[in-house]
Amino acid sequence: MTPPPRKAPLPRDRIVRVGCPAHNCGGRCLLVAHVRDGRIVRLDGDDRPEDTLADPQLRPCTRGRAYLRRQYHPDRLLHPLKRVGLRGEGKWARIPWDEALDLVAGEMRRVRATYGNGALFVPYGTGSYSQLNGSVVARRLMNLFGGCLGIYNSYSWAAINVATPYVYGTLHTGNQRQDWLNAKYILMWGWNPAEMRDGTNSELFVRRAREAGARTVCIDPRMSLTAVSLADEWIPIRPGTDTAMMSAMAHVMITEGLHDADFVRTHCVGFDATQMPPGCEGEESYRDYILGVRDGVPKSPDWAEPITAVPRATIARVAREYATIRPGVLYQGYGMQRRAYGEQVVRAGCVLAAITGNVGVHGGWASGLANQPDGGCAWYVFPTGDNPVAASIPVFLWSEAVLHGKGMGQEHGVIGAERLDADVKLIYAIATNCLVNQHANINRTIEILRDESKVEFLVVQDQFLTSTARYADLVLPACTQFETWGVEDGWKYGDEVILMPQVVEPPGEARSDYRICADLAERLGIGSAFTELRDERGWVDWCLDHYRRTRFPGLPSLDEFEASNAGVYSRPVTRPEVAFEDFRRDPERHPLETPSGKIEIFSQRLFAMGRPDEIPAVPKYVQEWESPFGPEAARFPLQAIGHHTLHRVHSTHDNNDWLAEAFPQRAFINPVDAAARGIADGDTVRVWNERGVTVLKCRVTPRVMPGVVDIPEGAWWEPDADGVDRGGNINVLTSERWTPLAFGTAQHTAMVQVGRA
Amino acid sequence: MPGPWAFLFDAAACSGCKACQAACKDRHGLAVGVLWRRVYEVAGGSWARERDAWVPDVFAFNLSIGCNHCEAPICVEVCPTGAMRRRPDGLVVVDADTCIGCRYCAWACPYGTPQFDDASGRMTKCTFCADDVDAGRAPACVAACPMRALDFGERAALEARHGLDASFFPLPDPSLTRPGLSIVPHRDVGRAGPRTAAVANREEVGG
Repeated sequence: MTPPPRKAPLPRDRIVRVGCPAHNCGGRCLLVAHVRDGRIVRLDGDDRPEDTLADPQLRPCTRGRAYLRRQYHPDRLLHPLKRVGLRGEGKWARIPWDEALDLVAGEMRRVRATYGNGALFVPYGTGSYSQLNGSVVARRLMNLFGGCLGIYNSYSWAAINVATPYVYGTLHTGNQRQDWLNAKYILMWGWNPAEMRDGTNSELFVRRAREAGARTVCIDPRMSLTAVSLADEWIPIRPGTDTAMMSAMAHVMITEGLHDADFVRTHCVGFDATQMPPGCEGEESYRDYILGVRDGVPKSPDWAEPITAVPRATIARVAREYATIRPGVLYQGYGMQRRAYGEQVVRAGCVLAAITGNVGVHGGWASGLANQPDGGCAWYVFPTGDNPVAASIPVFLWSEAVLHGKGMGQEHGVIGAERLDADVKLIYAIATNCLVNQHANINRTIEILRDESKVEFLVVQDQFLTSTARYADLVLPACTQFETWGVEDGWKYGDEVILMPQVVEPPGEARSDYRICADLAERLGIGSAFTELRDERGWVDWCLDHYRRTRFPGLPSLDEFEASNAGVYSRPVTRPEVAFEDFRRDPERHPLETPSGKIEIFSQRLFAMGRPDEIPAVPKYVQEWESPFGPEAARFPLQAIGHHTLHRVHSTHDNNDWLAEAFPQRAFINPVDAAARGIADGDTVRVWNERGVTVLKCRVTPRVMPGVVDIPEGAWWEPDADGVDRGGNINVLTSERWTPLAFGTAQHTAMVQVGRA
Repeated sequence: MPGPWAFLFDAAACSGCKACQAACKDRHGLAVGVLWRRVYEVAGGSWARERDAWVPDVFAFNLSIGCNHCEAPICVEVCPTGAMRRRPDGLVVVDADTCIGCRYCAWACPYGTPQFDDASGRMTKCTFCADDVDAGRAPACVAACPMRALDFGERAALEARHGLDASFFPLPDPSLTRPGLSIVPHRDVGRAGPRTAAVANREEVGG
């Protein structure tokens, strides 16, 4: 049964407080939409009169403030489009909704009947990301339809999600952010909250921590906006070598006796020979590795300098500072774990936090993923139901499941089943550009998608004809968050519930993700099971009940919340919680959820995998599979990294002209490398390797270190007739090879060459 | 009548995120190419090889500049039609009906403030969001700042607390126009000069 139509038309003129349309930016902010004659004409930011440390205004970033250029973009998809040429050729015919929905339902039935439910697939995607908007609704649909191949983990946090629990037994390793004001030292390691927004206001809390006296150091290959505005010192480091610097810091601490030996003795295992787990007594401890007891290579600052390009004296100084200016925060960014062996840097950072005794104390920080000690935000609340297909794949390996899904097993990270019983044959992609634009090695991906014998039906539901949508058989026009109901709690830190009422009517024939899936469910005979007779607002009400039962007992009813036009309901943080406080106080009574109950510097589980070169039992620096030190550097001597630009949230907003004006897509290159290639500021350059070529303008800047070219990720792929990308998309250069333990993306590991175009 | 008004900008805290710029464009419906508020990236320095290490001697900071509603506005002085004027409350405004789009003001203003609008063929500029300020609210750029690095206040009060004489590269000598602009300097402003630094993002601030 189709959800009941909305009873009253939307007001044509009003001011509405509404959550900023979320795109997995790491912020969850509040906008004030001014509606005139049924159109949003202005967006203000959070205007609550109080703006306190405990409950700060949720001020949107430049992307939220520029949102109307996306909302009212002339390229918005308005009608269902069916492919009429070859896949990817860009030839479309407009078709009615009924025909489009019949087509999807028919293909779902056909593929299920031919290959089974395991051939259906809903890929990872975060282009719309409220509880009601985005891919979650397709998961509910598929689950009621008998299931589909599942996914786990993410593009963003694959290695950190997997590696953190090997050390701490949990992902909830972070203190609440107001606690940073208790820190005396903050190491922002590959962390750039000023640009990527790692939680609304994280950058503000760092500012306040500095004002409270913390010394701040930013370690990053580029002098990010974080380095400029939040750091007392910037230390550039060669990408992919962070674990070498961390190891050298441990060397300084151990040889100078600066580590917290008492804490290590009582709370850790595997630090040295005295605390090896049973059965591993003779194996290499962390201390053995650092001092080079077995391999004869002490991991000293002298050893690390040629690897990291950080002066040995700087490494030693930072080690002494972090070990002695306590309590201190070592905040790990996520870019360095999206690399070859990204698991190692996560574990190495955790170990530094542990051996300096910064775990379980105010002003400290355990490192690792750092979800919140009280549970933090709920991430997903909308009930997708249970998936009758037990098998799941790591999100990054979807292209493997298309190429050779049937028979794929543990060696490809398959969980829930021994082997997959089908290749992926039908993809229902909602709000995702991960099939083309954001996946590694685009030129490989499009060959896979072009082959209609592999993926037999690809439906893409989005707001624009993205690079992914260009390879669809059918494109369905979806609402933005302003055009349907939604709700969200904060991102990672999450001390707010933010309401997202429908503000305006959708353009053309665009429909909400939920409505489209409800209409499909109706055709598939599972309509009322899907809707439970709720419309979008009804499910928001359902979600509010969930929040009320969990972290927000005082949350008003939906009617009250909407009528108040408050937009946000917050829980002020007056006494920030600290992760592992109980464990710190009494590790015997409050053991961790690791096998030993302690912080596992040496992991017996990793040891048992028997792959010490790629998955060592203690965190080690492992030279990347593409590296300035490998033979590939002769042809491709520069490391390509792709920072998160303020122009976009991943690929969302690439077509936003105000943001393109503010942060144009450029290849950033150091004057040393530019001069060696005869490149001048503003030149158009080619960046290439064996996987592809992209052509874009460059900016010559001392703010990126020599040996590195920085091409902000997410620009829309625009191939010319020769297949050369003209959009500045770094993923024509990146590799599909995954990390050994997490099966995660290693897209930041890529060697390239640059020349004048 | 409160005012005249001035901006207070904390260059040490500014992240260069341009939320102020986008909020301004949204508040006033500005076309691409029209920037009533601009964020300048000032950068300089070099790299040295030290054994196997790369050692930077690099600095950068951001300057968010709208209109400083100067006490001695050159834009008003050079305007041939009287379209550009300083109101009794201190706000410098341009009258679109009188403006002939000759751009003298844009050439004269050392802050790059007056912005030519192709669609109307007229000069446009920051209004200090006078309607908002009159209603007791902050200008859009100030209310937008995620770092709380931008503020505003009465000129006399800001002058007493912070001075109105910020003078470092690439800012002009404040005695030229007597701007309503207090700046908390970034630590590296002393390193920036015409030979040591440059506006690194010229293409983003109108050339």
